[in-house]
Amino acid sequence: MPTKPPLGSGITEWQVGAEVAKLNVNGRVVDIQVEEDTPLLWVLREQLGMTGTKYGCGVAQCGACTVHVDGAALRACAMPVSAFNEGQKIVTIEGLSPNSSHPIQQAWLALDVPQCGFCQSGMIMAASALLAANPKPTEAQIREEMTNICRCGTYNRVIAGIQRAAGIGTSG
Amino acid sequence: MNAITNPSRRGLLATVSSALGAFTFGFHAPLVKSAAAQGSAGVPEINVWVVVRPGDTVVIRIARSEMGQGTLTGLAQLVAEELECDWSKVTTEYPTPGQNLARNRAWGNMSTGGSRGIRDSHDYVRKGGAAARMMLVQAAANGWGVAAGECSAANSMITHGPSGRSTSFGAVAAAAARLTPPTDIPLKDPKNWKIAGKSIARLDTAEKLNGSQVYGMDLRLPGMLNAAIHACPVFGGKISAIDSKAAEAMPGVKHVLRVGDNAVAVVADTWWRAKKALDAVKITWDEGQHASASSAAFAEVIKAGLDAPEAAVGNRNGDARAALVGAAKRIEAVYGYPHQNHACMEVMNATALWTPERCEVWTPTQNGEAALAATAEAAGLPPARCEVHKIHLGGGFGRRGAVHDWVRQAVTIAKQIPGTPMKLIWSREEDMLQGRFHPVTMCKLQGGLDAQGNLVGLHMRISGQSIVAGIFPQNIRDGRDPVAFQGLNARGGEADIGYTIPNLLIDHAMRNPHVPPGFWRGVNLNQNAIYLECFMDELAHAAGKDPLAFRRALMGNHPRHLAVLNAVAERVGWGNTAAPINGQPVFRGLAQTHGFGSYVAACAEVSVSDTGDLKVHRIVAATDCGHAVNPQQIAMQVEGSFVYGLSAALHSECTVKNGRIEQANFDTYQVLRMDEMPKVETIILQSGGFWGGVGEPTIAVAAPAVLNAIFAATGKRVRDLPLKHADLRRA
Repeated sequence: MPTKPPLGSGITEWQVGAEVAKLNVNGRVVDIQVEEDTPLLWVLREQLGMTGTKYGCGVAQCGACTVHVDGAALRACAMPVSAFNEGQKIVTIEGLSPNSSHPIQQAWLALDVPQCGFCQSGMIMAASALLAANPKPTEAQIREEMTNICRCGTYNRVIAGIQRAAGIGTSG
Repeated sequence: MNAITNPSRRGLLATVSSALGAFTFGFHAPLVKSAAAQGSAGVPEINVWVVVRPGDTVVIRIARSEMGQGTLTGLAQLVAEELECDWSKVTTEYPTPGQNLARNRAWGNMSTGGSRGIRDSHDYVRKGGAAARMMLVQAAANGWGVAAGECSAANSMITHGPSGRSTSFGAVAAAAARLTPPTDIPLKDPKNWKIAGKSIARLDTAEKLNGSQVYGMDLRLPGMLNAAIHACPVFGGKISAIDSKAAEAMPGVKHVLRVGDNAVAVVADTWWRAKKALDAVKITWDEGQHASASSAAFAEVIKAGLDAPEAAVGNRNGDARAALVGAAKRIEAVYGYPHQNHACMEVMNATALWTPERCEVWTPTQNGEAALAATAEAAGLPPARCEVHKIHLGGGFGRRGAVHDWVRQAVTIAKQIPGTPMKLIWSREEDMLQGRFHPVTMCKLQGGLDAQGNLVGLHMRISGQSIVAGIFPQNIRDGRDPVAFQGLNARGGEADIGYTIPNLLIDHAMRNPHVPPGFWRGVNLNQNAIYLECFMDELAHAAGKDPLAFRRALMGNHPRHLAVLNAVAERVGWGNTAAPINGQPVFRGLAQTHGFGSYVAACAEVSVSDTGDLKVHRIVAATDCGHAVNPQQIAMQVEGSFVYGLSAALHSECTVKNGRIEQANFDTYQVLRMDEMPKVETIILQSGGFWGGVGEPTIAVAAPAVLNAIFAATGKRVRDLPLKHADLRRA
């Protein structure tokens, strides 16, 4: 059964005149009602109240909006919601794991990776997708695949965190 | 921690809804009628810094803003150290700027810039912790009818030595809160620290791992509307005409509003709808007198300043001009540094609620008190009837400190829709075009060597933009910007030159373009260290001397500068050839400086391929900040400083064409990403006896260390940044 998100729990309001669609987000099918060109990011943030996924650039440059779609990392800011259907499983930072138990989240906690933390939802989603596709990435592969921007400068700890989560030691 | 806690807890209740990870805020205005001496959840405070709840949870108040730099944890460590509390039961909260105002600035300065968070408040926050401990011990002693001197505190427990009786902080907190605070408050010798000085984990990590950390952008109030804004892209320009018919007909749009004389906002039910409608508003600008301004034209103005007869003197000894005339060999070079945007990952935003009686703002700010002043001014209300709630920052870097332009806009919009909370979020494009930019400067350096290759005279003429003139013009005295000479000052300050040069003149010809300047992480130390440290390398080369040996000969009177330089040189094995990496020879470059009270040095190791591709492999960095409160956090600040500094050195610049900034997003304003990140090794010297900042100084040595290594690799001097414009193929 589709779940209509209750008003008052972060939902602004049902948007008059907009199209109804269904999305599968964090394991639940939800009705959404927006113009079809609305980026997935803003549907997550403003209609579903999931603000862990961040707006950073709006043009798929920085990766702060990274979510998983059927397990692959995707930048939600530049993808219209009309590109998705309820058969696709969308996972946001809120749904990555119960109790921050994903190995990436655990490694991040152990190494105190975040500074301001604003980019870290996207960083964690990109890193977890990377490990899902490549459980033992080389350092060069991590550097190549992880293109998210962090202005505080957590890159070296992100690399170390991915290696820790993958159960591989840091190199040189 | 709970970043949005209000110490009185009256009114603003942060509740987290489990449904879909959403959250709402119970909202009742007015929030705080008067700031009372009540502590968290109605528990009386021991003093302004410490509240102990009955369950022994210790709430430590943090006046400075946390924006990723770790100050929140470091300040809490300092209070907890003196308090002798159980660190595992520590939580933190921000007092509000309104409460600080109402309580006669009981929490002191809230400004969080200039790497000042710990170095300017360590004394009074430690005394706050120590005084609270003394009061808790006294309360326990009173209860037992014994002398306080027979009791001691440790791990949130108080023990009476002779009898062995003990009690908890929580059990005596209420009694302690009623005692008269002590006036003689001795502090521990840092040698005896157990909590401070240790690399303990941050207090604010867990929320950043699951999306639950609330940033300003994430805030939601019942009935809230959202606004997008577009200000005239030419600084100084104004609105000439607005055609908003199409926008007003778009879904969700409530208002199309003028914001002052230079910006248009669309207020809608969601931000995305506001943004889309804003793009449909036809705005005609009166671009004003700067409509044709360009970086190229301004470069000519700055160049003329390099030889202008008038300049403000920053540091002078001997007679540099005469020494240059008499020198056996004279070297001259001109360097330049472009405008930069802070590019915080979280764009500027603020939520405002205005009524004729009261105005409240929720915003990520580095300076809550300045945000309150901006709120009051824009609201047309006295500050006592305004309040600012500081929200965790998604980066600050100086953009969210001195100037609160976005807060003024938010209040100006909210004032036009009284009683409705309104969240203003800038687009990334707005954030890039409406920055407060790193100043643009050039520097002409002239050095004279004697026949033995000793430096006998140096003249540094800086020409260009003054941040202080743009933001605090009242602090300009006789045309002199006191901050322009960071890292180049005579001895005795927090940013001194590290060389003794017999004849020295450093002066500044101020030339201000129309682009508004800002305090950009590292401030003027960034370019000053590039100018001086690259030129020291040029002088060493001209003298036929090793760059390290050449510097050391001038540093005998500057032992702390020398110590950090020596530390990096020893760690890399300066003088030995570096091992090749992937078949490419590796070359090294050095730099050192002093800023924000700390001494820093770096050695960069780079390769340059036959096709001119640069690879920065490793940077070894040393910091002497006197007392190190959390070494791991310092190492993180050093690593992050290289990302910020190398972004600017390699890629970033803001250029002006037709009066406006050309780079509107990360596709054209490029920054360092993971593929280019060098390994960083951080050496922390703790020479003690002083307190230096760590958030900024290291940025300044990133670029010169790399530029000097590039010269070692290629024989080429790159004197204009960013490096992406340079052809690095070997000369």
